[in-house]
Amino acid sequence: MTTPAPKGTGTITAPAGATFSRILGVGGYRPERVVWNAELVEAIDSSDEWIQERSGIKSRRFAAKDESVVDMSVAASHEALAMAGLEASAIDAVIVATVTHPFQTPAAAPIVADRLGIQAAAFDISAACAGYCHAISLASDMVRGGSARHVLVIGVEKLSDFTDLNDRGSAFIFGDGAGAAIVGPSDTPAIGPTVWGSDGAQWKAISQRDSWVDVRDQDLGWPAIGMAGQTVFRWAVWGMAPVALKALDAAGVRPEDLDAFIPHQANMRIIDAMIKQLKLPSDIAVARDIADTANTSAASVPLATERMLREGEAPRGGLALQIGFGAGLVYAAQVIVLP
Amino acid sequence: MAQSEQEILEGLAEIVNEETGLDTDSVQSDKSFTDDLDIDSLSMMTIVVNAEEKFGVRIPDDEVKNLKTVGDAVSFISKSQS
Repeated sequence: MTTPAPKGTGTITAPAGATFSRILGVGGYRPERVVWNAELVEAIDSSDEWIQERSGIKSRRFAAKDESVVDMSVAASHEALAMAGLEASAIDAVIVATVTHPFQTPAAAPIVADRLGIQAAAFDISAACAGYCHAISLASDMVRGGSARHVLVIGVEKLSDFTDLNDRGSAFIFGDGAGAAIVGPSDTPAIGPTVWGSDGAQWKAISQRDSWVDVRDQDLGWPAIGMAGQTVFRWAVWGMAPVALKALDAAGVRPEDLDAFIPHQANMRIIDAMIKQLKLPSDIAVARDIADTANTSAASVPLATERMLREGEAPRGGLALQIGFGAGLVYAAQVIVLP
Repeated sequence: MAQSEQEILEGLAEIVNEETGLDTDSVQSDKSFTDDLDIDSLSMMTIVVNAEEKFGVRIPDDEVKNLKTVGDAVSFISKSQS
């Protein structure tokens, strides 16, 4: 049998992308209900003081029972579009980063797109607390690669649905919310190279307790997310500070050039220890949204960004280092120009 | 080169002092990290990582929970060095 030869009559037109990309706008959505530590302490035999000491968290927001990750995503997207000065029709792709959309399939992104009245490319990614920074990297490459002109990136979680309120190690850590960003073309570089990676050997450090199949076959209870706090703390502080420095280096930016440091809002103690490791100059604004938002996983970096800009903690057009890290274990960091 | 247990205790006391502000004299072998020194799990992890660096040893996460007293930590580090 002879091997077929290619026809060789057609040539592919290469996609034409933008030279550079930037974040054009960010938006956030925080559910209405404020849950103070006092509401959670009884179930875990703890106190407001104990929780604040260990996490810096004073309160968090929990979404309403009938409020979904899609609802929260849509609300945050409208804000991001408004800041970018764009109509939803300008969006070519929607990327939703989440681990709490409670459908194995389909993804949340197409439903979000539909709710925005568009039929853009739409898909979810699963990179937990690093999901937003992963999605920003993808969106930036899509804009530069020519597969989309404007990408809507959403980090959203309804962690209250996946939290065991009787688990001392995690009951007080998580919150709900959505953050969104629009990535589009730019005349100058405004999203630096992403430094990212994984350590799958530690996959059990933060994980849904049991697989859906085991839940079904062994009649196990609801598989909330569990966490080995000390292991995660060590990895986050001593493992992620070098990653943050690499992202600065890759972008050709010195620590003293930064206007803001926006780490994943995992735990105030992690943020403090990380700053110490990084030896960041003290004039750099540090995101501390965790105090009254708690850890919203994929939503934490965009929510913190939105807040810093809204409250004037960080300047529009300033340089920010953002880093996400979490279940997987996975991480991603990049330097960006704030919208 | 391996250090004496007394040297390790003194070094560890400095690390504990840096993390918690506790007086180095209060860091004695029979003291429990949690009950006597009131050190929580995250501070303990910071102490562990700094001890690894200072003494050139590896203290796995799983081992940390067995280090109940200052003396437990000193002997673990001492054994790891030899």
